[in-house]
Amino acid sequence: MDRVRVLVVDDEADFLKLIKRRLEKRNVEVSVAPGGREALDHLAGQPTDVVILDVRMPGMSGIDTLKEIRKRYRETEVIMLTGHGSVQSGIEGISHGAYDYMLKPFNIDDLLERIRAACERARLKKAERERA
Amino acid sequence: MTDTSYTRLRLSLMLLTLGLSLVPLFALGFVIDSEFRESYGDKLTSNLKLVAHNKADALDVFLTERVVQLEMVAGMNTLDSLSNQQALELVFDTVHEASPSIIDLGVIGQNGRHVAYSGPFDLRDVNYKDEPWFHQAMLKGLYISDVFMGFRNFPHFIIAVKRREGGRTWILRATIDSDIFTGLVRNVQSGASGDAYLVNREGVLQTPSRFGGKVLGQASLPAYRPSGDVDVVRWTEDGTELVAGIAPLAHTDWRLVVIENQQEELSPLLRAQSLIFGLFLICALMIAAGAYLSVGSVVKRLQKADKARAAMDAAVVQSNKMASLGKLAAGVAHEINNPLSIIRESAGWIRDIINDGELGESTAVDDLQEATSDIERHVERARTVTHRMLGFARRMEPLQEDVDLNMLARQTVSFLENEIRHRNIEVECRFDQDLPLITTDANQIQQVILNLLENAIDAIGHDGCIEVETRPGDGAVVMDIADSGEGISPENVSKVFDPFFTTKPTGEGTGLGLSIVYSTLKKLGGGIDVRSERGVGTTFTITLPLVHVSIPGRQEESWTE
Ligand SMILES: Nc1ncnc2c1ncn2[C@@H]1O[C@H](COP(=O)(O)OP(=O)(O)O)[C@@H](O)[C@H]1O
Repeated sequence: MDRVRVLVVDDEADFLKLIKRRLEKRNVEVSVAPGGREALDHLAGQPTDVVILDVRMPGMSGIDTLKEIRKRYRETEVIMLTGHGSVQSGIEGISHGAYDYMLKPFNIDDLLERIRAACERARLKKAERERA
Repeated sequence: MTDTSYTRLRLSLMLLTLGLSLVPLFALGFVIDSEFRESYGDKLTSNLKLVAHNKADALDVFLTERVVQLEMVAGMNTLDSLSNQQALELVFDTVHEASPSIIDLGVIGQNGRHVAYSGPFDLRDVNYKDEPWFHQAMLKGLYISDVFMGFRNFPHFIIAVKRREGGRTWILRATIDSDIFTGLVRNVQSGASGDAYLVNREGVLQTPSRFGGKVLGQASLPAYRPSGDVDVVRWTEDGTELVAGIAPLAHTDWRLVVIENQQEELSPLLRAQSLIFGLFLICALMIAAGAYLSVGSVVKRLQKADKARAAMDAAVVQSNKMASLGKLAAGVAHEINNPLSIIRESAGWIRDIINDGELGESTAVDDLQEATSDIERHVERARTVTHRMLGFARRMEPLQEDVDLNMLARQTVSFLENEIRHRNIEVECRFDQDLPLITTDANQIQQVILNLLENAIDAIGHDGCIEVETRPGDGAVVMDIADSGEGISPENVSKVFDPFFTTKPTGEGTGLGLSIVYSTLKKLGGGIDVRSERGVGTTFTITLPLVHVSIPGRQEESWTE
């Protein structure tokens, strides 16, 4: 199996640094972006399997970024991250096509599990489309 | 609004309504009354005038008849023939027959001496030469005297006509019976206190007055200015209002006075007036009662609406308070969750390094391992706190959590344990042990159960029992809360879920409890039913779906903590 390519988008630099190191240690290929715009720039040049996206960010919000990603890259799955655990933001993320949802702080192994599941779904979707 | 301001409102509405209806009513009454009184008074006056006028005419006719009679007798006979006593007596008999009021006849020569006389008195040889009436008669040809006592010493009056025969002048004189004349005048008087009499120019009574005195006495008439036609004079005598119609006679300067008692004549009017007054009073009372009732109900309705609005305002204020508190809590939690996750990842990173074995084996590494665990444990602690805060923030919206309805019900009953014991109420729980978990908002369900239990306790008061039963339903769970309370009357059963419907005294019931229960259950995809029998008890049955998906999508798999 190829290495999973993940993009983590969050406005906290420390958080990005740590999550990158820890996921890489778990054999995940990790890129980071400090905001929605940078994330979209990155996606334009690099094929990515899963985007991990913070809901609340200055500038372009997580939900807006999610909408953009869904529009442009059908095969990329998105997992939303938030420190604000309201049902509303969760439902909003999912209703705009996010694959799943995690509350901060989280357990890295839970995250990894979800990334795997998201990849699996992306792969299934791809296979289905190729068959069609 | 305070109670006094409602009272003031009620009062001013009452006054306004009463003013607007009673003032026109009384104005109308006043106008009707005064118009009626005036026209009735006019009618009485004109009636009085007519009576006086007609009677005066009749008296004039009477006098004219006597005068004509005398003139005929004088014209058809000579002085010589009438000087004969026997002839005169013959003539008198005829005249008396025709007019019984003529009680004697006398022939008087120009020297004033009685030439002949026929009548009941002995008046022959009386000389009238010095009597004023004799001179008047000689001067004017006709003379009607005032009533006087004369030689005969009883009230009478005379009519004298002059006759010129060749070079001689003589006078035929007749005495008129006052009694007959008095009778003629008397029959005019009306009522119990009416009066009628004749007076001469000086106000001396020519016929007796019923109350005012004997003949030749002074009549008690007030001064007035004669107009030549019938005059109407009003005055008050001994507290009675009198009105007189005074008509002049054509042949003499006598005047016929017809007096009526104003009050007596007006008594039909007064009767009508009191009838009208009674009617108006009834109208006024009806209006007042109507105003009182309608104002009362309007104000009561207003009061109720105000109270409802106040309750609603209070609820809105409360929920706004909760909402802003929730927002604050959510904001704080979010700000803390971000650094918490960095701390956690840092600790995680240290653990990753240790686990890689890059640091080798030493007690220092073990210490590091332990410190990392401490960090992770305390981050977990802080996380619990922030998530609880978020949970509080979310209480405004339905949560989705696995709920054991049995446990929830048991817990809710325990909240009310003191109250239940205090009122000597027995609570029996019959829980289905295999009841499936449901995905719903525990907090809100707890509110529902609490509300129903409180209502049941209120309905029982003291000494009774409440049964709480759970059982599985079709894709749902069902809970019965039955009480042995007073029950709900059939006409109220359909209303108990209406907002603001309450049978409890003001201040105790808001009537919002069941309507909130109803809307909460609807929101959670469930429902509620009620069965009740008066005097036996009431059972509320709530149904909750196993899973309630309010928004289509796959939220159920993502929402874990
Ligand atoms: N268990 C019960 N037994 C008898 N009557 C009840 C019961 N529960 C509710 N009711 C009737 O329904 C009315 C409305 O109840 P609710 O909406 O809870 O408002 P509140 O309790 O403030 O009056 C009550 O006033 C009462 O008349």
